[in-house]
Amino acid sequence: MVGQPLIRFRNVNKWYGSLHVLRDIDLTVRDGERVVICGPSGSGKSTAIYLINGLQDYQQGEVEVAGIRLREADGTAHDIRRHVGMVFQQFNLFPHLSVLENCCLAPRKVLGLPRQEAEARAMEELARVRIADQAQKYPGQLSGGQQQRVAIARSLCMHPRIMLFDEPTSALDPEMVGEVLEAMRDLARRGVTMICVTHEMGFARAVADRIVLMEAGRIVEDAPPARFFDPSQQSPRVRAFLENILA
Amino acid sequence: MLSDTQPQGQPHGSSRPPPVGQVHPPLRRALLWIWTNLFGSVWNSVLTLVVLWLLFVIGRGMLGWLVLDARTAPATLRECIDAGGACWAFLQDKWRLILFGTYPHEQHWRPALALALFASLVIASCVPASWATVERRRWMFGIWLLGMGGVIVLMSGGFGLPEVPVRLWSGLPLTVLLAVVGMVSCFFLAILLALGRRSSMPVVRWLCIVYIEVIRGVPLISLLFMANIMTPLILPADVVVPNLVRAQIAFIMFFAAYLAEVIRGGLQAIPASQYAACKALGMGYWTSMIFVILPQALRIVIPSMVNLFIAMFKDTSLVIVISMLDLLGTANAAKADPAWMGLFMEAYFFIAVIYVLVCASMSWYSRWTERRIGSRQSRSA
Ligand SMILES: Nc1ncnc2c1ncn2[C@@H]1O[C@H](COP(=O)(O)OP(=O)(O)O)[C@@H](O)[C@H]1O
Ligand SMILES: [Mg+2]
Repeated sequence: MVGQPLIRFRNVNKWYGSLHVLRDIDLTVRDGERVVICGPSGSGKSTAIYLINGLQDYQQGEVEVAGIRLREADGTAHDIRRHVGMVFQQFNLFPHLSVLENCCLAPRKVLGLPRQEAEARAMEELARVRIADQAQKYPGQLSGGQQQRVAIARSLCMHPRIMLFDEPTSALDPEMVGEVLEAMRDLARRGVTMICVTHEMGFARAVADRIVLMEAGRIVEDAPPARFFDPSQQSPRVRAFLENILA
Repeated sequence: MLSDTQPQGQPHGSSRPPPVGQVHPPLRRALLWIWTNLFGSVWNSVLTLVVLWLLFVIGRGMLGWLVLDARTAPATLRECIDAGGACWAFLQDKWRLILFGTYPHEQHWRPALALALFASLVIASCVPASWATVERRRWMFGIWLLGMGGVIVLMSGGFGLPEVPVRLWSGLPLTVLLAVVGMVSCFFLAILLALGRRSSMPVVRWLCIVYIEVIRGVPLISLLFMANIMTPLILPADVVVPNLVRAQIAFIMFFAAYLAEVIRGGLQAIPASQYAACKALGMGYWTSMIFVILPQALRIVIPSMVNLFIAMFKDTSLVIVISMLDLLGTANAAKADPAWMGLFMEAYFFIAVIYVLVCASMSWYSRWTERRIGSRQSRSA
């Protein structure tokens, strides 16, 4: 199931001006792997996954995705983006387009699919996240949970090899978290490589192959759930973090 | 911003009668509405009475001038002046001059037809359904090309029609042509300027900034003068650019600078997260701009944009400084006829009606468009 290394961070350092946000990040994610990244707010989780599709640039080290060394400036980011989907905390749907149009836009304009094919693909992905009946509505007419599911479907319409999630449930009302996590679980079963920044520890335990804990720009733990959640094998840092989010 | 819910069309919700009013018969409901809205308080009642009195005075005066004391053909100047009202006889004599100006009299059917053709094009373009599918958009472009070709042939001649030099084009066709061609072209130029001003390429950005700031620092009237006086100096002697084209270019350049700033305002209102979403989906710069960013930005600025277009329509009158006669110019020409010495109100009234109709339709269309988009995107739809 888990195959070749697909994403590689080698000794990556990044600064926002004088703020050192990523420090010596080393991380390898293999094809088909599901990795959850957690850590306190401001520890650099979003920044780290933004490097994978080139939404942010870095200053030192090397990020390699599917064998391509990524640099925004080299234009390599653009080539990699069609293989990497991303789901944002605030959904970032296009408010002026209907749900169906949101899903069809990139497949048509980036992949060059004809309208019918793009629409068929969109309806298929929308059905998978159980929202096909809302295809003609506009994002503003949907609940947060529905919007986030549309955002997931929109990304999947590009048939990405890698899906990035940046706290996909933290902007949602509690009663809508479940439906989004369900869609993500479903996706995990399909063998897509996933990197999720999330604090949903139940999801992490059930779905993740590895859980990565970040603190102040560093990776301080990288362990499979069995070890991550086992009190007898936990590092004090992990214990402190878990106690913190349970409190 | 766009995502906000905005209930439409109930500006005075607080002073509305209670829902009980809904069960009353219409007449009673109307009386109730009048009572609560017009006579709700002492101050309200005073205002209502004052306004009613003003309306009455103005209405009586207008009725007298427009109808009761007015004289139609074959009244003479003398009879008109004695009657003291509007001299419609003057307008009946001069309306063609006002509409078509110096265009040869026996050929007036041509600008009339051209205007009708042009108006149909504009109206067809204003219907959203005309642009709904790719196929229809192709049709629309074709129809516009053909239509504009038709307008130009009708106006200038050829294909068996006697030629009419551009300098004789005047009146309403000139105003409409300058305004509509100006609006369409300056819209596209302004988009490029607005994008350029926000470009990450320094040279492009600085060129756009300099252009916008320089043009905004120059009054339209001097730009028209310059276009008129300088182009012959710059161009080789055997290249003759008609007045109309020079004025048109000056118009486009001038209003594009202002419109660019309006559009830039709209672009600034689009959150960075929309750009991030585009990038994450692998969309390039132009794809993102054309399909995601600009449609949202332009919707935000519809009111200011239409505001500018209305100004543009009226400012076509400035071409008078380079001796072209727009609608206002031809009205002035009409009042110069010694046979109708001293009359001018009727001519101005006539063109004022035209101006008001056109400008009111524009603002109505803008409000309608806003409402249409708003209801589609908000939760309440
Ligand atoms: N675009 C940016 N410009 C400057 N500083 C930023 C930017 N984005 C994030 N930061 C800062 O970088 C640090 C890490 O941010 P982020 O990666 O968003 O953390 P997390 O996702 O773990 O909360 C924070 O201190 C944040 O304030
Ligand atoms: Mg974050």
